[in-house]
Amino acid sequence: MKSRALRHVPLRRAALAKSPAVPFALRSASSLSQRPNSDYVSFPGALKSAFTTSLRFEAPESYPALPTYRVVDQHGVVVDQSFQPDISDEEVVRLYRDMVFISIMDLIMFDAQRQGRLSFYMVSAGEEAVSIGSSSVLDREDVMFCQYREQGVFKERGWTAKEFMGQLFANKRDPGRGRSMPVHYGSKELNIHSISSPLATQLPQASGAAYALKMQRLQDPNVNPRVVAAYFGEGAASEGDFHAALNIAATRSCPVIFICRNNGYAISTPTLDQYRGDGIASRGIGYVFFAVREATKKAREMALQDGGKPVLIEAMTYRVSHHSTSDDSFAYRARVEVEDWKRRDNPITRLRKWMEAKGIWDEAKEKEARDSLRKEILKAFSEAEREKKPPIRAMFEDVYEELTDDLKAQMAELKDMLDKYPEEYDVAEYEGGKDSLKP
Amino acid sequence: MKHRAVHQLKRALAPAAIGTSTVRIPPSVRRSYSTHPPNARLNLPVDYATTPLLAHSSQAALSSKELPEDVRNGPTKKMNLFQAINDAMGIALAEDDSVVVFGEDVAFGGVFRCTMKLADTHGADRVFNTPLTEQGIMGFGIGLAAEGMRPIAEIQFADYVYPAFDQLVNEAAKFRYRDGSCGRSVGGLTVRMPCGGVGHGGLYHSQSPESLFTHIPGLRVIMPRSPAQAKGLLLAAIRSNDPCVFMEPKILYRAAVEQVPTGAYELPLSKAEVLKEGKDVTIISYGQPLYLCQSAIKQAEKDLGISVELIDLRTVYPWDKQTVFESVRKTGRVMVVHEAMVNAGIGAEVAAAIQEDPDTFLRLEAPVARVAGWSIHNPLIFEKFHLPDVARIYDNIKRVLDY
Repeated sequence: MKSRALRHVPLRRAALAKSPAVPFALRSASSLSQRPNSDYVSFPGALKSAFTTSLRFEAPESYPALPTYRVVDQHGVVVDQSFQPDISDEEVVRLYRDMVFISIMDLIMFDAQRQGRLSFYMVSAGEEAVSIGSSSVLDREDVMFCQYREQGVFKERGWTAKEFMGQLFANKRDPGRGRSMPVHYGSKELNIHSISSPLATQLPQASGAAYALKMQRLQDPNVNPRVVAAYFGEGAASEGDFHAALNIAATRSCPVIFICRNNGYAISTPTLDQYRGDGIASRGIGYVFFAVREATKKAREMALQDGGKPVLIEAMTYRVSHHSTSDDSFAYRARVEVEDWKRRDNPITRLRKWMEAKGIWDEAKEKEARDSLRKEILKAFSEAEREKKPPIRAMFEDVYEELTDDLKAQMAELKDMLDKYPEEYDVAEYEGGKDSLKP
Repeated sequence: MKHRAVHQLKRALAPAAIGTSTVRIPPSVRRSYSTHPPNARLNLPVDYATTPLLAHSSQAALSSKELPEDVRNGPTKKMNLFQAINDAMGIALAEDDSVVVFGEDVAFGGVFRCTMKLADTHGADRVFNTPLTEQGIMGFGIGLAAEGMRPIAEIQFADYVYPAFDQLVNEAAKFRYRDGSCGRSVGGLTVRMPCGGVGHGGLYHSQSPESLFTHIPGLRVIMPRSPAQAKGLLLAAIRSNDPCVFMEPKILYRAAVEQVPTGAYELPLSKAEVLKEGKDVTIISYGQPLYLCQSAIKQAEKDLGISVELIDLRTVYPWDKQTVFESVRKTGRVMVVHEAMVNAGIGAEVAAAIQEDPDTFLRLEAPVARVAGWSIHNPLIFEKFHLPDVARIYDNIKRVLDY
């Protein structure tokens, strides 16, 4: 409203100054917006809005809930007869193994946290298909912003157990250099921006990043068309940043796909306390690996059309796990409800049933996969635990591009403390000990 | 409501508006906004046309040793602050395809005219309006910068930056740190915002929140005092690989006019400038209050037969401690002047650092004085009693000397 008022006033004044027939100019300007006997008026804020004489407020109840797109049912049986898998059986097996990898890593790390061997962990049980299904149809060059329950995209893009463990144990292999909490992964190689704890902040950033990709292609047509994918939970969608992100992505025509994981809970808050509308958006079943794939594939195509546009996908799931290792979810929901969801619907078993029906998977393969993945994870786990931490110096670096004078002085001051009180600090586990603090 | 206030400010900032009006305004009503008490000797309006802090000749503009050789041998042009800022952004847009300019109402030129003609010249893809959302603007800028662009985001008034605080504090400032060895940052980001008192901005068109930003590691916080300085510092901020908060004293947009070199040049960030050498007192300030300091110094030197050193911090964080310490070691007496509230303001940090440095502490002959806004909000009709003025600065020079 503000920008329009400011822009229109000077324009109108300019028109008055130029035109000798002032009243005529004014009348013709007003007739532009409403012709005689017209049944609508083009308000600047709503073009072609028809008049009505019936006073009726819009209510969500007047509309049916958005349908939920699915491809196969919970027994792995294809319900959409037009559906044809667009990938090879080998590729499905690879992606299935990625999902199993994440679920096994979740179990191991959750327990490890309970034993006090790492400070924090968050599982993504029940949501493996959302991250891995969507990631598998995106281009590797597409840029991603995650919330924190998207381990699957890192796995799908090629992270190994070693890389996960490096971050989780904040050892010297951690790209984040031991600065962020566990599960706050990030990888330049995989084109996934580092995760930060504040919810929804990544969403307007995703819009901006998508605009950057669009500009870069406008300036150099040899650059491949790329999109940005941004993941978030239904709780994060209540933040102001979600509102800002979608609006700015639409007004600037940004090629961005917003993927909402609607799993029913934000920590303890059920969706009933989160919103009263019909969820977040156009939805699909987050359990159906192929539904997520199909939706993301179509979304990517649409996002790149007509110079770019944002697309929103709401993937319906259920958070079968606790929110994090700091949460006991049975304090606010019934155990039976969780068990019910686990039994009834699970993205991994659903895809497994489909694969078994197709004859590309069986019990023996399942056992072999689970054993070898478990072994790989445990091996990386014990190696990572023994690995040195990043040098203490890393705490001062990367605040600015260069160390400032203040930071150099503070680094020297810390070194003095460690020299003076060697008994008070344990520096052995940090690479280079206190010597890394030398200027 | 916000938009109405913008109109008022624009009208007030246009100097000719009242003079050409045919409406007869009783003189007593006019005085309350535009003039000074009849017998005032100290609190006179700043005469920007003669102040030595502005380069009134081409020669003065080109004398700075900080300018590169080709710029020093080049032409200058008379510009006010908004024109110099416009010039800097025009240069940045022309020399680097990755620069984009956006914010509320920037496409038609901006409510303060800082982005005039930039959209016409560089295209609607690179200079554009955003929806009215500060958190959106900041997040969008961070995303652009994260993908290698050099966004210049505008927040219409510094008073409205708070919705974007989370994005600035938790995201922009920490982006490089948390990305670690991946090496990505949002260093290309520059956030411009008009700040400071303008005589009648009330609670939400007057604020100087710089010290809130100086408490955030990872950001560079800059406030220029003049057109030539604004151009050089803004270009440095745009080219800097750290996210920069660039605060523009809006009262100077039209008032401060000087000769500005037309070439492209940078002035160093985190480097203070000694504007005037002296031996008895050091005054440290930045932005518009420097002009008030200059007026107070002129009177104090005349009345008291002393000499005062005046330092412009230019970058308030990370700030140039060495220049300040050296000056204070020489004069032994020091005061810090700024508009923002005295508590936990820039003055608090500068004063603490001065007493913390052993060599400087030993040379102190008087307590460090802070002349700043009182610990209140900026009240509409009381502003002249609230923000530091020439009389308060003058009085504090005397107090520091008399200690």
